[in-house]
Amino acid sequence: MNNIVELKDIVVEFDGERILDKINLNIKDKEFVTLLGPSGCGKTTTLRIIGGFINPDSGTVMFDGKEINGLPPYKRNVNTVFQRYALFPHLNVYENIAFGLRVQKVPEKEINKRVAEMLKLVNLVGFEKRTVQRLSGGQQQRVAIARALVNHPKVLLLDEPLGALDLKLRKEMQIELKRIQQQLEITFIYVTHDQEEALTMSDTVVVMNGGVIQQIGSPVDIYNEPENAFVADFIGESNILNGLMIKDKLVEISGREFDCVDGGFGENTPVDVVIRPEDITIVPPEQAKLCGVVESVIFKGVHYEMLIDAYDYRWMVHSTKAADKGASVGLSFGPDDIHIMHKLKETEKSEEEVPDEE
Amino acid sequence: MKNKLIAAPYLVWMVVFILVPLIMVGYFAFTDKEGNFTLDYVADVAQYSQIFVRSIWLAAIATVICLVISYPLAYILTGFSKNTQSTMLMIVMLPMWMNFLLRTYAWMTMLGNNGIINTILGFIGLGPFKMLNTEGAVVLGMVYNYLPYMILPIYSVMVKIDKSVIEAASDLGCNPWKTILRVVFPLSLPGVMSGITMVFVPAISTFIISRMLGGGGNLLIGDLIEMQFLGNAYNVNLGAAISLVLMVIILLIMTIMNQFDNDDGAVLL
Repeated sequence: MNNIVELKDIVVEFDGERILDKINLNIKDKEFVTLLGPSGCGKTTTLRIIGGFINPDSGTVMFDGKEINGLPPYKRNVNTVFQRYALFPHLNVYENIAFGLRVQKVPEKEINKRVAEMLKLVNLVGFEKRTVQRLSGGQQQRVAIARALVNHPKVLLLDEPLGALDLKLRKEMQIELKRIQQQLEITFIYVTHDQEEALTMSDTVVVMNGGVIQQIGSPVDIYNEPENAFVADFIGESNILNGLMIKDKLVEISGREFDCVDGGFGENTPVDVVIRPEDITIVPPEQAKLCGVVESVIFKGVHYEMLIDAYDYRWMVHSTKAADKGASVGLSFGPDDIHIMHKLKETEKSEEEVPDEE
Repeated sequence: MKNKLIAAPYLVWMVVFILVPLIMVGYFAFTDKEGNFTLDYVADVAQYSQIFVRSIWLAAIATVICLVISYPLAYILTGFSKNTQSTMLMIVMLPMWMNFLLRTYAWMTMLGNNGIINTILGFIGLGPFKMLNTEGAVVLGMVYNYLPYMILPIYSVMVKIDKSVIEAASDLGCNPWKTILRVVFPLSLPGVMSGITMVFVPAISTFIISRMLGGGGNLLIGDLIEMQFLGNAYNVNLGAAISLVLMVIILLIMTIMNQFDNDDGAVLL
């Protein structure tokens, strides 16, 4: 598959502050790519560069093999679904969707046909004459998607499109969007801060923080093999501990040695160790290398979330069986539950604490 | 109940200062000097139709010129930073803080045969041109005095247009010119409408501007009405009749304008 969008060494600065720091990203044709990160991480800026609303201070934007730096949005074969929809308040549903086609002077008959197709695609047949103010949030969302897709763009950009919807509607729309993307075979570039949303819909997830791409990979890779502590922490819940890589496949955590499956870190190297809460099993104390005291038990619906104090670290454990508060328990996990990663450089760590700008 | 109490003073105000005067205008317009009912004065208004036409014509020209100047200015203003915007607005409103008579009088000294403009033109061997006491001078006076009333409503509507809607237009293939035509203009229409009202209505009934800049030859309705009440032609009943007809005309024009506004904005294109 060809790359439809390529970003090379993209740098963006506002008021001397670096928003994007040498972003390199290749997006394949017909792929569902999600840019995921906390607010202020540069994901929306990246999207706006592809849309043409921001020009990078340096770097190259390639679209379908051609450089498009400086090309205004109206000359790009890309359409956007905006964060707060940005529907035209003076036009009804039909005219909102037909807008792009009218600008291109498409014949009336063709407009009719394509708008009808879109209304069917987003389940809004019968709403043609409604003013957009009289639509619910979910319906406005659908109009915004239809308005963008009716132009048959090669790439659809979506800027946190489900952010304003309630949880149930959001879940429905996630499935809906995935269906539309697969049906039309269009590249979707999707921006969100919701990791669950990213994992549910994407072919590829791009995790960003502090204007830097932290990891690019499939949802499964990102979840199971996070490249650093930031990714591990941002995607799902994690226990992140200081560890010492004694040698390949042997790591020391809280003064105890554990077998693991990772290698190549050298000998006696300080590392970050990530263990997912759901990978830890609670066993009787005599059966485990690590023991602790249960501090709290919270019922979360599907599972219990327990905090267990053991050797100066508060472990989070997810389990369908609750332990008693105050009980001494053992923590058990297998070698492949231990994820070893390089320590983040100090500078990158401090950037995590930059307050949200959005 | 509480709301009604709070509204009471305003209600009294409206009755005393709006409703009662209106009824009195109507009373005088339809009665003669002895207080008997008559349609004579209203019928008399017809002989001044030329003045009515001139007033509507000059006010319309002034309104159009105001619109042509204000619209791009308001649009450009919204593109500036917040600070620049408020400074520019200040400058727009600055003349409004000066006395209306003084402002208009200043134009007299500038436009006169021995005025500043003709003097400067004289240096380069042109003129003098007759500028004062012409219809053009009256229109100029109207535009100069009422321009802020056009800029402000258009600006305040335009500044509220969601920037992301403009971006959406660009995203959907509109170049900057098409964006203005298809999105900015339809969305700013309410501001345009109130701007037109706020310029056209005072312009059509002005008498000072036409008196000072138009000389005796460019009588407007305002002058005519003034003459009936304060001038030599003292005739309160005729004055009331003229006022009433003017009001009906303005009402008609505004109704037609609003009809435009209610239609889908795209129709205008």
